[in-house]
Parts: sequence; C-alpha cells; structure tokens
Amino acid sequence: MASSPYFSLAVLFIAALGFGLAPLGLAWLWARMFSPPKPNATKNAIYECGLVSKGDAWVQFRSGYYLYAIIFLIFDVEAVFLLPFAVAFSGLSGAACAAMLIFVLLLIEGLAWAWAKGILTWA
Amino acid sequence: MDEHLKIELGKQGIVVTTLQELYNWGRRNSIWPMQFGLACCAIEMIATTMARFDMARFGAEVFRPSPRQADLMIISGTVTKKMAPQVVRLYNQMAEPRYVIAMGACAISGGPFKQGYNVLKGIDRYIPVDVHIPGCPPRPEALLEAFMALQKKIDAQPLTGAGRPRFLDSEARGEFPIPVPGEHDLEPASNRGVWPVEIETGTKGPRD
Repeated sequence: MASSPYFSLAVLFIAALGFGLAPLGLAWLWARMFSPPKPNATKNAIYECGLVSKGDAWVQFRSGYYLYAIIFLIFDVEAVFLLPFAVAFSGLSGAACAAMLIFVLLLIEGLAWAWAKGILTWA
Repeated sequence: MDEHLKIELGKQGIVVTTLQELYNWGRRNSIWPMQFGLACCAIEMIATTMARFDMARFGAEVFRPSPRQADLMIISGTVTKKMAPQVVRLYNQMAEPRYVIAMGACAISGGPFKQGYNVLKGIDRYIPVDVHIPGCPPRPEALLEAFMALQKKIDAQPLTGAGRPRFLDSEARGEFPIPVPGEHDLEPASNRGVWPVEIETGTKGPRD
C-alpha cells in the first residue's frame, strides 16, 4: 500500500481533515466539560436587542409588492441610462438616438401600463 | 505555592504556576465587552476603543453585538426606567462568567438626572456591578482604569471556596429578575439580592 503513488496524498488528506476537525472536536469537548452553563428561560430565549421577541419570523409578505418593484425598476433603470445619454447626446449618431428613444418609450409604456392599472394611486 | 519560592525558581528559569492562575490569566486577558451604548458616556467608551487610547492592549477590543458572545457589560450612560428592563434582560442573556462596569454618574446613581421621574437611580439596583466609575462623563483613561481594576478582580478570584465566582457556584442563580413598568415605578423597585436596601416607592416624591 505504501508503494502506491497516491499514498502520500492520502496521508496528507487525512492530516488536513484532522487539522480541520480536531479544533472543532476540542471546542465541543471544552464546551461540554468545562464551560459554566447557567441556563434560564431568558438566556435561552430568542435574542432581540434586549426586547421580548414578538410573533414568528416566518411572516409572509404580500405578493402584490411586485408592482412596486416594477415601478421602482422603471424609474431606476431610466435614471441610470438617461444620465450617460444626456452627457453623450451631442456626439451621438442618429441610430443611437433612435435606439435610446425606443428604450425610453418601452419604459414609458411600462409606466402607462401601471398607470392604467391604477397602482399609482396610494391605497 | 509560596510567592518567594516562585520568584526564586523563576530566577533559575523555572516557571511555576497553578491552574487557577492560568485560568484567571486567560479570563482576564480575553474580556469581550458587549457593544451597546446608552448615552453620552458611550462616546467616551467608543473613544477608548479607538487608536489613541487603544483598548486592544487589554485584549478587550472585540465588542460583540450579541450578548451570547460577550463577557462584559459596560453600562455607559443614563439608564431610563424604560430602558432598564432591556438592560437587565441583556445581562441575563450574557453567558457566564459575566461582569458589569457602571460607567459614569448616571449609571451608578442617576447622576445629574437623579431627580427625573424616568431615570433609574443606578443600575446596581437590578444587576451586580463589579466596577463603578464616577465622572460625567469619565475620560477614557478612567474607563481603562476601571478595566484594569476588573482584571485585578478577576485575577484575584479563587476557583474554589467561598469567594469563587458565580459561574463556578452551582447553587448561585444565573437569572436576575427583569423589572416591569408599574403604576409609578418599575416593579420591583430593586432586586433585593443585589441591592439590600429597601426602596420606598409610590407617589411620595422623586427621591426613589
């Protein structure tokens, strides 16, 4: 077995594994044997900045919020692209201007869709 | 072990120690304070951790944002009666062994706001305080001095016998009652286990 060309690799692998696992094992052993536990209900409770935690963490959010995400994307992406467009405007070719206008029109279409759907009115 | 013999052995290149000394040496040099500030004293506490005063020299620069990982609670500022239950709860949630430094006049007695109806007159009414620092606010040097005093205190703690720390005493209770807001004051007005003096409560005046 020792003559195998992979023998040294196996030894190194086991050593690496031990190097990783030994501290974990020692820490576990130390915590089990020597740590001074004084458990109580308050200590075992969920930590919430000193306040008593209320309710469950597994709360659901309304899926209707995707509309706000879309509106945000419209304005956000528009602002990101409009600024370089405005800066480079004087040096742009006609085709580039047309492409940009189509892009902005697509975004405006999204806004018009949202407007028609009535989600711009705060409910 | 005799101190004189130990010094003599040290001269010969032999280091002698006890388990207690080694244990306390480790504990006093790895105190992790909890990261929270209550009022203006917190600014001085922050300054203490920064480069000029450098709390890292004492092994205490690791301010933990969770009580699970903290040893030391620095009460840095006025404790209002609204905040006191949260402070006591955080203290309860810290792992043993745990220590408390009451920093500044407010934390130890209510300070300039003692007459305020909403101010707790010293956090030691609810939790055991190891070191009190007077001052308004105490300078960072004062906090470092308190820190060194705490280190000396830890160093001198025997691991067995009457003066052993609470975490080695299986009889000692680890939980301190959390006060709740009552009609006129926090109820109870003090933890009689750590504050043996009776406190008058009620509508008599602001002296409580």
